[in-house]
Amino acid sequence: MITPSRIQQPAQHELPLALQDSNLLRYSLIAVSVGFLLIMLLAPLLIVFGYAFKAGLGAYFAAITEPAAVSAIRLTLLTALICVPLNTIFGIAAAWAICKFEFRGKSLLISLIDLPFSVSPVIAGLVFVILFGAQGTFGPWLQANDIQVIYAVPGIILATLFVTFPFVARELIPLMQALGNADEEASLSLGANGWTTFYRVTLPNIKWGLLYGVILCNARAMGEFGAVSVVSGHIRMQTNTMPLHVEVLYNEYQFTAAFAVASLLALLAVVTLVMKVLIEGRLSTSAK
Amino acid sequence: MNSCKIKSALSLLLAAVVLNGCSNDGSDDSVKILNVSYDPTREFYQEVNPLFAGHLRQQTGTDVIIQQSHGGSGSQARAVIDGLEADVVTLALSYDIDSIHDKARVISADWEQDFPYDSAPYTSTIVFLVRKGNPLGISDWPDIIKPGVEVITPNPKTSGGARWNYLAAWGYAWRNAPAGSSDSERDAAAREFVRKLYRNVPILDRGARAATNTFVQRGIGDVFLAWENEAILSIESLGPDEVEIVVPSLSILAEPKVAVVDAVVDKKGTRSIAEAYLQFLYTEQAQLLAAKHHFRPRSDEALAAYSNKFPTLELFTVAEQFGSFAMAQKIHFNDGGEFDQIYQPQP
Amino acid sequence: MNTMVTAMREPGWRKPSVLPGFGLGMGITIFWMGLIILLPLAFLVWHSSNQSLDDFVQAALLDRRVLHAYWISLSSSVVAAVINTVLGTIVAWTLVRYRFPGHRLLDAMVDLPFALPTAVSGIALTSLLAGNGALGQWLEQAGIRVAFTQLGIIAALTLITMPFVVRSVQPAVENLQHELEEVAASMGASRITILRQIVLPTLLPSILTGMTLAFARALGEYGSVIFIAGNLPFRTEIAPLLIVIKLEQFDYMGATAIATTIMIVSLLLLLLINSMLAWQRRRGQGN
Repeated sequence: MITPSRIQQPAQHELPLALQDSNLLRYSLIAVSVGFLLIMLLAPLLIVFGYAFKAGLGAYFAAITEPAAVSAIRLTLLTALICVPLNTIFGIAAAWAICKFEFRGKSLLISLIDLPFSVSPVIAGLVFVILFGAQGTFGPWLQANDIQVIYAVPGIILATLFVTFPFVARELIPLMQALGNADEEASLSLGANGWTTFYRVTLPNIKWGLLYGVILCNARAMGEFGAVSVVSGHIRMQTNTMPLHVEVLYNEYQFTAAFAVASLLALLAVVTLVMKVLIEGRLSTSAK
Repeated sequence: MNSCKIKSALSLLLAAVVLNGCSNDGSDDSVKILNVSYDPTREFYQEVNPLFAGHLRQQTGTDVIIQQSHGGSGSQARAVIDGLEADVVTLALSYDIDSIHDKARVISADWEQDFPYDSAPYTSTIVFLVRKGNPLGISDWPDIIKPGVEVITPNPKTSGGARWNYLAAWGYAWRNAPAGSSDSERDAAAREFVRKLYRNVPILDRGARAATNTFVQRGIGDVFLAWENEAILSIESLGPDEVEIVVPSLSILAEPKVAVVDAVVDKKGTRSIAEAYLQFLYTEQAQLLAAKHHFRPRSDEALAAYSNKFPTLELFTVAEQFGSFAMAQKIHFNDGGEFDQIYQPQP
Repeated sequence: MNTMVTAMREPGWRKPSVLPGFGLGMGITIFWMGLIILLPLAFLVWHSSNQSLDDFVQAALLDRRVLHAYWISLSSSVVAAVINTVLGTIVAWTLVRYRFPGHRLLDAMVDLPFALPTAVSGIALTSLLAGNGALGQWLEQAGIRVAFTQLGIIAALTLITMPFVVRSVQPAVENLQHELEEVAASMGASRITILRQIVLPTLLPSILTGMTLAFARALGEYGSVIFIAGNLPFRTEIAPLLIVIKLEQFDYMGATAIATTIMIVSLLLLLLINSMLAWQRRRGQGN
């Protein structure tokens, strides 16, 4: 391998000697990283799983298979399945427009894409209440036509779309900016059309960034609490998502059950990442 | 690889469709009504609902499914205002139901006259929860404002229960001001009392159950001000060996209220069932259930059956002390009111 | 990188390019953003402008308690973002460049703060850091109180926003071109010099992006902070909590006034940083 691949980053020991960090630097950076992640991630995770299995495996499975939990899991999956693809398409389109072209107002556009991050989740829910609630702008019209948006599934999906809106775009933009346009221009000059160029040239270059974006988007879509809580109405078996169900259980002093459902969300994050690692492995072997 | 991706995407989509299809369970000739309530009533209505469904089937042959929604009393009221289609509301404060009337006009103004006891089928009061063995020897309100005693109570701005705590403290101080004090002197004494009380509060939790967890699970604080029903429940479900109840000499009669949401039941045609449901709360069997779930029942028989649970103490009502909950809300809890003054830094 | 040199600046709002798809990409972007983000937020601003300007200023800008809450939110968010910028960059570098036992597992766990409902993170963190918690006992003995102080707020915000920097920087490290490092090394530059002069500048846009996002997210965070903050007015009360308090009093105007203020401030901050990045990028391309 003479040209370093953009697809697969070789690990330290495969790097040319000149690129290897000294042992001192390496070990101190590893120590800092591991220490930080252990305290910030592993400790809370252990607490979650510790509570979840406190009453044994039987109680754990009872908690995640009772009807209210199943209905919450179903609603959460449905929401993620609708929101993640839509925001992925948007993210790719936005990153393409922003990174491949120069135009006025680009910084403003990027900032607007970031905006949902900084909108408090409570407000993210509230805007849809202000729009579609009974006292809201379109409320009377919706009521007259007997359409429920708020306190029903559409409201939950809207709030989730809002909250997860920037994730894919935000992962892709810095990456595609760093990559530049040279590859695409070469492909076009060789006669490929736009779609082929995107599919054959751009996509392979950005796929890790894209995957991270999708994973983050999905994790947030499933885990969102604040915004969904405002528009859900908390109707048992009907509009409770998994995070809301966790809250319900916690408030019923069913800590074991609450953390059991929460641990499912944590597991889900780990599983998506393991999937990523598997895909990574398969791609690198198929590339050879 | 690409076809593989597409396949997996397709199968995911398929799974979604199937999952969604499952959610339509067929039995649809039954009537559904939605009861929007606050946090501490979960366990109670979980038992009342099937009982009422059986009762209604026996009386009229109608099948009814009662859906439940629980949350903070204030945010539940707001959801109804914004269009959550509740047939009935069963909330912690009359103020919250008044607000539904004020802001959304879906409940009639004189809703409190619709059911007996001003539409409060069960009551409660405010008591103290202390550490097992009562190490600080807390026995009454003056003990909890002593310097160094840590008091846990949620934020009255976000929690209905916490408003009852505050009003109970205020009422105690007002009524125990030196004999012959004028009303304004009593007000000043009460103001001073609650000010000292909240000086002792290290954490203002958002809701009653969060505060319970702070006190019982985290082990923070010496005294926890709580609904009587929540105090008994937390001892039962969290720690019979860790905490115990102290009943003060005087407290407030906390009256959770119920109402039919007129606009919704008229639209859905569920008025008769909704009214029967709330009326049912006053029957002997529902009253017994209320007492079982630690609410003070209105019925004397139910009270007698659980008399050891509910010690007698002197209780005053919001109407006696403050005129009405709406007035108490305005003077004490709205922005810039008495409660906010406590935290204003002294100039 | 040299492609932009060929594209001449012409009058008009965008430079011509040989690449197709601008119309489609921009069309989807504007449509979707308009529908999901701008329209609702415009209604929010419009809604809060229904009150007189005096009321708005009174509710959102003059109340001392609100100002204190802004300050607590702002300062905690800045500290959390800085912690995450430094440690997150190190973590991203470590995860991509080094192999050590468990590195895959750690990599997989970075997204947890997003996947867990924020309330669960808050509860778990409080269990950990409270006076009777596993870590809290030790800290308390050392005289450090974390739970129910501003340190607790910072801890929660650091946890919640941690993935942003790591996940922004990670792809950039993966895409680092080794040639530059190799050339520099062959010219005798020390490893530290290479890291400082070549690697860091290349990663800087991603680092700044991550920091911006972490900061913006921290500013609005509510669910996790509420458990660990203590929520005492003037001491540990964050701005998003005030929004909820206003809502509990059915004061939509007050709530939207505070929300709009936070939103405008963070939009301005985002705009500032994004413009800085764009300026830096243009300068880099000009050379």
